[in-house]
Amino acid sequence: MTGNIVLALLTGLLYTVGTYLLLQRTLVRIVIGLGLLGHGANLLLLQSGGPPGIAPFSGAPGLAGDGVADPLPQAMVLTAVVITFAVSAFLLALAYRSWVLTGDDEVQDDVEDARVAQARPHPHAHAAWEEEL
Amino acid sequence: MTRVLLPLPVVLPLLAAGLSIALGRHRQLQRLMSVLTLAAVACIAGVLLRIADTTGPAVVQLGGWAAPAGISLVADRLSALLLLVSALVLLAVLLYAIGQGTADGRRSAVAVFHPCYLVLAAGIAMAFLTGDLFNLFVAFEVMLVASYVLITLDGGAAQVRAGMTYVVVSLLASVLFVTAIGLVYAATGTVNMADAAVRLADVPEGVRLVLGLVLMVVFGIKAAVFPLFSWLPDSYPTAPSPVTAVFAGLLTKVGVYALLRTQTLLFPDSRVLSQVLLALAVLTMVVGILGALVQDDLKRLLSFTVVSHIGYMLFGLGLATAAGLAGAILYTVHHIVVQTTLFLVAGLVERRTGTSSLQRSGGLQHVAPVLAVLYLLPALSLAGIPPLSGFLAKLGLLQAGVADGRPLAATAVVAAIATSLLTLYAVGRAWSEVFWGPVAAVVPDADRSDGVDVATARTPRLMTGAAVTAVVGGLALTVVAGPLYGLTARAAEDLVTPDRYVQVVLR
Repeated sequence: MTGNIVLALLTGLLYTVGTYLLLQRTLVRIVIGLGLLGHGANLLLLQSGGPPGIAPFSGAPGLAGDGVADPLPQAMVLTAVVITFAVSAFLLALAYRSWVLTGDDEVQDDVEDARVAQARPHPHAHAAWEEEL
Repeated sequence: MTRVLLPLPVVLPLLAAGLSIALGRHRQLQRLMSVLTLAAVACIAGVLLRIADTTGPAVVQLGGWAAPAGISLVADRLSALLLLVSALVLLAVLLYAIGQGTADGRRSAVAVFHPCYLVLAAGIAMAFLTGDLFNLFVAFEVMLVASYVLITLDGGAAQVRAGMTYVVVSLLASVLFVTAIGLVYAATGTVNMADAAVRLADVPEGVRLVLGLVLMVVFGIKAAVFPLFSWLPDSYPTAPSPVTAVFAGLLTKVGVYALLRTQTLLFPDSRVLSQVLLALAVLTMVVGILGALVQDDLKRLLSFTVVSHIGYMLFGLGLATAAGLAGAILYTVHHIVVQTTLFLVAGLVERRTGTSSLQRSGGLQHVAPVLAVLYLLPALSLAGIPPLSGFLAKLGLLQAGVADGRPLAATAVVAAIATSLLTLYAVGRAWSEVFWGPVAAVVPDADRSDGVDVATARTPRLMTGAAVTAVVGGLALTVVAGPLYGLTARAAEDLVTPDRYVQVVLR
């Protein structure tokens, strides 16, 4: 299978930038990062079908021979694009809701997590521990 | 007949979901339709299981396109068994939710619960039945999109925060899944799993290993495997109880199913992947249960036990023997039922006391003795006390682990026993703090989202009834343990000899 170096580099770039943005704390950056990652994945899927070729229409001349594009990855990318689009829209709505509720665009810490981390040992457990010592 | 029956568990809930939106104003009709749909799916799953067990895997090529080009739906013993259990659990939780009133969507004008719940059911059924990797991705997305809405159902600050984590992590897993599909297609030129299983034999060993590991990461996130589990205890507890129950019971198990299917079918004799799975199993079991020990919130504690017990299923899968896989499948069935039940009962406790904090509750057995029993039975089953189903499933896994003989398998056996004891401690501590001791004054959480006045509210009979049914269902697993183990052993036999599956799909 032959590959296209420009597309390969672009895929790598999209993954890199997407990953970087995903690691930020601001929700909008995370959403953009996920969008870029999705584009990268779709581009990768598109390249998995091999080199570009003539349109694979049923009954078109030359269809039996080589040089016909593989239609399956294109169909799959189309599905993936629609799904990513819908979920991104939901994510944006959620980010907006979060902004309405907290007035902030940052991902909040888990309150219960912090509470557990700071929690003191149970008084009885502590006493039993000291008795053993 | 299978040509008609096989797509129905996917098509019926989707159609009903559409109708359900149209019927948004007629609550009674909406409820009735959801219940009837899921009951029908359960019946169909039963028939499919019978067909798969007697005459071999049932296959339908959608749209009449032959296998490698078209999309195949396959119901073998494993798929049909998990489909049946899921449908029954979904039905029990739906009744519970109707009782609780989550289903009515108190805050939103349109009752979105029923349509989303049905779409979730369709996604789960599709994930179990599909024989195509890309279709599996679509199934995951259908399931996840419904779950995004369900987890943020109340739209409060806590739900939005938790939902955000959940959506971002799931979306990242989806992107990785698309990447994995692209890589599999580039390497084999197919996304049909049976076809890929044949063609992967010609793929170089190193490439195969990479594909196996990427798929393992993708499904590992969905199944909450160490170190990819931290989203689960963070996001599940804030959702309404029935939603948490069905997520904890089913969504992670769909990930486990995908791992079972892909690892046994696509990468059948990879020593490396098997070792990695065993190591992950040990870490998931131990780290998960250590997390559960320190929690103060009942639902968070239970969420950590979900993570921990996923490790048992990985343990069986990592052994890659017929006995190990049989144990893993039995454990999956047991865990779906028991974990869902525990969350349902936790919901009942929360309804009664207004809080799921362990420290602020106590003495509930004086007020609600039935609840104490309802919690204790599945909790003991989870910890593996004989003769409950958790014991039988663990016994199967441990026997297979001891027979394996590898050092890592022996480590996993020790870790499994230790985890079992620690689970007993964790759920036992929760029991004694909630039910034992003097009756605590009711101090409801300040940020309660369900708007129930604890002092005056009575627990609806339907909620208790659904929880009792789930507990009895868990006990029934012990009664039917013999035939059930026979069935899982035959399903595991299918998994270790994937030739039959491949032949039937590609015929």
